[in-house]
Amino acid sequence: MTEPAAAPGAEPAATDFADGEWHRLHPATPLFRGGLAFIAIIGVLIVNLRDRFFELFFGDQQVNLPPTGGDLESDALDFIVREELVLVALLVALGILMLLIAGFYFSWRLHTFRITDEVVEVRSGILFRTNRKGRLDRIQGINIGRPFVPRLFGAAKLEVTVAGNDANVPLAYLRGRDADALRHDILLLASGARRETVVNASAGPGVATGVSGMLDERVSELFAPELDVDLTAPTSVVRMNPGRLIGSTVLSDTSVVLVVMLIVLGVTIALTGELFLLFAMFPAMIGIGGFLIARITRSLRYSIAATPDGVRVGFGLLSTTNETLPPGRIHSVKVSQPLLWRPSGWWQIAVNRASRSSQNGAAGQQQTTILPVGNLDEVRAVLRLLLPEVTADENVPVIELGLAGRGTEGGFTVSPPRARALRWFSRVRNGFAFTDTAVLLRTGAIWRSLTIVPLSRAQSVSVHQGPLLRALRLASVHVHTVSGPITPVLGALDRLDAMRLFDDVATSALRAAQSDTSHRWRQQ
Amino acid sequence: MTSTEPLSTEPNGTEPHRLERPETEWLRVSPKYIPVDMVGTFIFGAIVTAVSFVPFWFGWSEGWLVGVGIGALFLITLALTPRRVRAIGYLLRDDDLLFRRGIMFQRFVAVPYGRMQLVDISRGPVARAFGLAELKFVTAAASSGVLIPGLPFAEAERLRDHLVAVAETRRAGL
Repeated sequence: MTEPAAAPGAEPAATDFADGEWHRLHPATPLFRGGLAFIAIIGVLIVNLRDRFFELFFGDQQVNLPPTGGDLESDALDFIVREELVLVALLVALGILMLLIAGFYFSWRLHTFRITDEVVEVRSGILFRTNRKGRLDRIQGINIGRPFVPRLFGAAKLEVTVAGNDANVPLAYLRGRDADALRHDILLLASGARRETVVNASAGPGVATGVSGMLDERVSELFAPELDVDLTAPTSVVRMNPGRLIGSTVLSDTSVVLVVMLIVLGVTIALTGELFLLFAMFPAMIGIGGFLIARITRSLRYSIAATPDGVRVGFGLLSTTNETLPPGRIHSVKVSQPLLWRPSGWWQIAVNRASRSSQNGAAGQQQTTILPVGNLDEVRAVLRLLLPEVTADENVPVIELGLAGRGTEGGFTVSPPRARALRWFSRVRNGFAFTDTAVLLRTGAIWRSLTIVPLSRAQSVSVHQGPLLRALRLASVHVHTVSGPITPVLGALDRLDAMRLFDDVATSALRAAQSDTSHRWRQQ
Repeated sequence: MTSTEPLSTEPNGTEPHRLERPETEWLRVSPKYIPVDMVGTFIFGAIVTAVSFVPFWFGWSEGWLVGVGIGALFLITLALTPRRVRAIGYLLRDDDLLFRRGIMFQRFVAVPYGRMQLVDISRGPVARAFGLAELKFVTAAASSGVLIPGLPFAEAERLRDHLVAVAETRRAGL
C-alpha cells in the first residue's frame, strides 16, 4: 500500500491547479477510497485464522480457543496443508495482493483533472475510461468535505456541484489546504474575472515544513473552526448554541412523531400483550432516533458566513463539510416555524437549489437546510446573506410581516372571508406580497412559513382551479422553481387576486430574468 | 366576460366563478386529436374496468357495482373528451408561452422562452396514424409541465424551431 505514496512527485506543491494543465489527486487517495476497507478485510481474515497461527507457533501445545470460522474455511485450509500447497497458496495470495496494489496505483495514476477557463474536467478509470466535464458558468456550489479518516491525514474532498441530478464533478481527495485554494480559484474563474487575477490570488500562504510542522498543521486543522482562515477571514454570522440546538431538536415535529409512536406502541402492548409489535416498530424508531442525533451532531459546529464568492455554510463535528454557494444559485427560500418552536421564537431556513450534492448524506441536512435553528435576528442575518437584493433595508418590515404578521398590512393580499372553509385558522395569514425582486408567499397560522422566490430564478408560473375552489370562487397559484424541499404554492386565493398574482409574477419574472447578472458576479 | 371568449365550451357565460383570461386569440390543437385521446382513454378505461370486476368474479356478489361505477366514470370522461380537447390552447406572447387546459380542473401556465431547457417532440402510435405529434416544453422546474398534444406534425416542428429560435435570443441563466 505504500507504493502510491512513493510515486514520482508529479504534483506541484502549491496550488497552480487552475492553470489548465492535467493534475493528479492526493497520493493517498486509493487508501481513503477503498484501501482502508481492504486492510480491514485482511485484519478480519487474520483474526479468524488466529487458531491456525497459534498451532503454527506453539506446535502441539494444546491451546483452547473458541471455535472460529466456518467449516468450509477449515476444510479449505486443511486441504491446503494436507496437499502441501502452502507455498502455492501463499504465492496466489501474494499475487492477488500485488494485483490489487497495482490496480490502486494505476487508478491513481490515471485519475487526473484539469481546470480551464471554461470547464472543470476529470478523467478516470483503467479499463473503462470516463471523462466528465462541468461548465464553470453552471456551477451551483462547491463543497469541501472532510470525512473523519481522510481528515486525520489532512485530506479533503472537493466536489463541484453542477445543475442537474448526479451531475457533480468530485475531486477526491486533495490536500486540505489545496482544496480551499482550489475552490477559491474555481469560483474566481466562474465569476467572470479574468485569469491574471486568478494566478495572482492563488499564491497561497507558505507551506509548513518538517514533521513537527506537519503535525501542528494536522492538529490545527482538526481543531480549527470549520471556516478556514481565508484571505478574507470571514466570520460566521450565527453562533450555534448547543442548548438551543438540542431544545429545538427535542421540540421538532420529528420528535413529536417519535413520542406519539412510543405512546401508541406502549398502549397497544399494554392492551394486547403482543410483544412482537416492539420488534416490528424497532427499525423505524432507530431510524428516527438516528436522524435526530445526526441532526444535533452535524449542526453543532454549524457556521455561515459571507465570502466574496458567495455564502459559505459549514456543518459537521468529526466529518465536516463546508459548501460555498455562489450568488444567484438560490432558487427559493423558506423560513418556517413548527408550532412548538413559537414560544422560543425559533425559525429554520431551507432553500431550493438546482444541484444535488452527494456528499452530505447525514439526514439530508446540508443540502437544503441552511439554518437549522435560529432566532429572528439570525434569520434576518442569514436572509441578508442568501438574498441580499431581496433583503434590502426597505424590505425588512415586509419580510417580518411575512414571518409573523397577519392581515393586509405591509401590502399582503390575503384570502377572502369565504376561504375560511378551506383555511380554518390561517385565512388572514394565507397571502402574498411583492418586493421589487421577489414574491413572498405567506402561509400557515399553526405551522407558520414564508416562502421567498427571487423573481430572477422563477422558471414559470401557473394558476389552477378545481371544482371545489370554483364553488368558492377561489384559485391557487404555483410558482415553479427547480425541485427541492420547497414547493411555492399559495391556495385559496380570490380568483381575481390569483389571476393578478399570476400575471404579475409572469411579467416581473421576465423583467428580472433579463436584468439578472448575478451568475457572473464579478464581471464588469 | 365569458362571452368575449370564443370557447364553445362556455355557453352564454353562466359560470362567473371560472378563471378568466383577457386573451382571446388562443391557438387550438387539431380536432383530429379528439379520436386519438378517445382511443387512449378507452384502452386505459377498459383495462381498469376489467380489473375492477375481479372481486366480483371471485365471489363478492355486490362487487359488480364497483366495476360498473368505474366503467361509467370512464364513459363520462370519454363523452367529455371533445370538450376537453377544445379547451386546450396556447398563445405565443412576446416573451413567454401561455398554455391552458382543462374545464373542470382549469390550469394556466406562463413559461418565459428564456427558461426553455429543451423542446421534445414525441408521437405515439395512434397519434402517428392521425399525423399528429405532441410537443413538450421542458424547463429546469419539473412542475412547469407544458405538454401541447395534438399538433399536426409539420406544425409541431415549426413551433419547435420557433421556440428554439426565440429562446436563443432571450437566453437567461438557470
